[in-house]
Amino acid sequence: MPTGARLTHLQRLEAEAMQIMREAVSESDRPAMLYSIGKDSSVMLHLARKAFFPSIPPFPLVHVDTTWKFSQMYQFRDDTAREIGMDLIVHQNPECIEQGINPFDHGSAIHTDMWKTQGLKQAIDMNKFDLCFGGARRDEEKSRAKERIFSVRSPQHQWDPKRQRPELWNVYNGRRSPGETLRVFPISNWTELDVWQYVHLEQIPIVPLYLSAPRPVVERDGTWIMVDDDRFQLREGEVPETKSVRFRTLGCYPLSGAIESDATSLLDVVQEMLLATTSERQGRLIDTDSSASMEKKKQEGYF
Amino acid sequence: MAHSSELIADDIEAYLTSHQYKSLLRFITCGSVDDGKSTLIGRLLYESHLVFEDHLAALEADSAKVGTQGGDLDFALLLDGLSAEREQGITIDVAYRFFSTEKRKFIVADTPGHEQYTRNMVTGASTADVAVILIDARRGVLTQTRRHSYLVSLLGIRNVVVAINKMDLVDYSQDTFESIKAEYLEFADQIGLADADHIQFIPLSALKGDNVVESSGNTGWYDGPALMEFLETVEVDDDRVSAPLRMPVQWVNRPNLDFRGFSGQIVGGSVRPGDSVRILPAGTTSTVARIVTMDGDLDEAVTGQSVTITLTDEVDVSRGDIICAGDDPAEVADQFEAHVVWMHEDEMLPGRPYLMKIGARTVGLTIDDPKYRVDVNTLEQLAAGTLELNEIGVCNIALDRPIPFDPYPGLALGERNSGSPGNRETGGFVIIDKLTQNTVGAGLLHFALRRSHNIHWQDVRVDKDARSEMNSHRPGVVWMTGLSGSGKSTIANIVESKLHTMGVRTYLLDGDNVRHGLNRDLGFTDSDRVENIRRIAEVSGLMVDAGLVVLVSFISPFRAERQLARDRMADGEFIEVHVDTPLEIAEQRDPKGLYAKARSGDLSNFTGIDSPYEAPVSPDVHIETDSIEPEAAADMVIAALRARSIIT
Repeated sequence: MPTGARLTHLQRLEAEAMQIMREAVSESDRPAMLYSIGKDSSVMLHLARKAFFPSIPPFPLVHVDTTWKFSQMYQFRDDTAREIGMDLIVHQNPECIEQGINPFDHGSAIHTDMWKTQGLKQAIDMNKFDLCFGGARRDEEKSRAKERIFSVRSPQHQWDPKRQRPELWNVYNGRRSPGETLRVFPISNWTELDVWQYVHLEQIPIVPLYLSAPRPVVERDGTWIMVDDDRFQLREGEVPETKSVRFRTLGCYPLSGAIESDATSLLDVVQEMLLATTSERQGRLIDTDSSASMEKKKQEGYF
Repeated sequence: MAHSSELIADDIEAYLTSHQYKSLLRFITCGSVDDGKSTLIGRLLYESHLVFEDHLAALEADSAKVGTQGGDLDFALLLDGLSAEREQGITIDVAYRFFSTEKRKFIVADTPGHEQYTRNMVTGASTADVAVILIDARRGVLTQTRRHSYLVSLLGIRNVVVAINKMDLVDYSQDTFESIKAEYLEFADQIGLADADHIQFIPLSALKGDNVVESSGNTGWYDGPALMEFLETVEVDDDRVSAPLRMPVQWVNRPNLDFRGFSGQIVGGSVRPGDSVRILPAGTTSTVARIVTMDGDLDEAVTGQSVTITLTDEVDVSRGDIICAGDDPAEVADQFEAHVVWMHEDEMLPGRPYLMKIGARTVGLTIDDPKYRVDVNTLEQLAAGTLELNEIGVCNIALDRPIPFDPYPGLALGERNSGSPGNRETGGFVIIDKLTQNTVGAGLLHFALRRSHNIHWQDVRVDKDARSEMNSHRPGVVWMTGLSGSGKSTIANIVESKLHTMGVRTYLLDGDNVRHGLNRDLGFTDSDRVENIRRIAEVSGLMVDAGLVVLVSFISPFRAERQLARDRMADGEFIEVHVDTPLEIAEQRDPKGLYAKARSGDLSNFTGIDSPYEAPVSPDVHIETDSIEPEAAADMVIAALRARSIIT
């Protein structure tokens, strides 16, 4: 980036994220980065490489896996870790494997709680991590607008919104009582547009699923679901058809809705997003409705 | 609309390029819901195209249903959720909101609510470039206006908008506007705010949209900018860029044996390869070799950038050090006068050991009795023995080692900091409780106390080891804690007799005896108890230094103070003995008749009755007196001394 007397907003956000990461690593004994393979994770990882350059970021990437991500996501994850030379820890909740928990038979709530919420707690406990970086942003939903950058979790991994620490200037309190852990959100102050802009400017690799391509899909509850492998349980009469679709957010493929789109490049995607007047936001109405339940999930230990 | 849809549609790349060079402005809004603050922020979000059609439809429906504007759009509803959050019992403190226009990106620190106001506002103001202070045109300058303005001034925000809102309800009267402005300016002078770079008064109606984004025809007599125009164009940051170089070292970057860099964010000035620098607090000098980033080496780095610097010499640099301009370094000291803002429900305890985090450095901190506290509503200076939640006071503070610092550039501190431009990042600190690890306060450094420059530790050649060699034993402290009447003194006396016969040099410090002499000026409030123990810890430390085995028999009810005493000694020199007697039994014994007095109300702040006792979590020796006789208890203590090789 060019330097000048005055920094641009992205330069300020970048410098802030780097400062946060260095502070977090310096004040913890066993840090880790929660890596979800999405675009926010990609940006966070890129910022980590910048923060510690020429060193490799001094912590592992942790993927709390559900075994139900898109196959392209697994490919991207493994390639990324190998290229950067960071350790990758993949955690799959053994209880879920044993019980065969999946979104088709158990529903999204149980699937998400057992694989992700419980899985994350297990991953932190088993590896004795005392600090985890996460890619959450304050503009995502209302309860996050007031979450701290350094957020304390109890030994039971619970978030207590009443016990948040004041954060002044760029001074972060990274101290913990025994058993407590920290979640640190270096891109708290980024908006969705900032993230896309930065991906574009810095040419950060992202999973190709964000771009439109012909993909086999079926329509369910008014949205397109991709048939990514033969575990997909087709309902009676359902026949996969090929549509040009892309994904706004990436998760477990049976739970990720695609939108029809002609955006085959990053610029197209940003353009579509900026011009959207209803559709993009409507997709997020779920977030708005469940803002209180997100709060509840966080108190239970979900990210 | 603030985002140009046409450009996005025609040439997305050109749009992104224009977006890429936007600057960022952080501002804080001060005022209550009654002043129309939510309506104002809601309108700024709306006008910057961050409200989409579906939200707008919902807003129209909600406005018709529950709005307070008679069918017109009620922008305050865009920031809903606050009342719901309150019902859910979630603390509302600082929420951050985001919007952008063609010219700038904005981060708004929104601090709703009256409770906790000082804590929240100070937090939001600490990172703000601009403050927008709302005044209701019908009500003029109120107590809360003064409070908000004082805090803005204290935190050193140099650009202030005084938004005189609800002008539609006073018929857009210029006289009303001018008289509020005159009253405000008089007050601004008292709190140093008159020295701000800009104070912009804007007559507006957040509800009707007058002078929010576009200049209003209703206020023809006003020729200044609309609020958005001011926010888009106000220049900030210049003083920091022209300040001398400051870079707190966060992390020593050592990927291999051939590279040793120092990673940090520049918080003042700029740096180029070849610049001479001074590393504080050590004071060593060196020259910048490279400014390393993943995008390649830089010719120059400026305030705000996070970089990694290498030096031409192999000098010792650690986390927390500050790399300063060679010809204009920061000061170094360990005692200061400071403003302290208390942010926790547990009051500040003068003398208690806390931690200070400043920049990337964490050091031990103790705070003296406040010189005074400031009533943030009247600005009166009041006598105070402590600071409670949301109180602000001026105190002397002492650190356990010297730190580099600059005075905090708070405008309300003008006279104190004369002669130095100061620096927010090297002059502002947070206070952390050592036991809970919570952030309990914040502070602004004014200046170093003279005595701190003059005190130099005497280099004593006859030291503790030398004195200890003349004895047949090593020194140490046996710290007996427990309720009044638990049997501490009885056991301590037996232990001392036994040690004496073994030829060990001892001294017994007993609560009652010391309170008649050394500590006779102290009472039994929490803060006096802290000071009581601090003195005993110091005296014990001196006696240990003299080579003695010290027996301390003190109720010492607070963990933090016992920890302070432990920290005062070297490893293995401190033995904590919990003389554990149930309250009922101690009260039955009541050898001095104190429990009876406490129960009858003749004696207040009595431990166990109306003052807490914090039992040790893992004492070195745990004596349960209802099952162990004093003689056997004394033997347990002797055994502990042997186990630590203090005696043989």
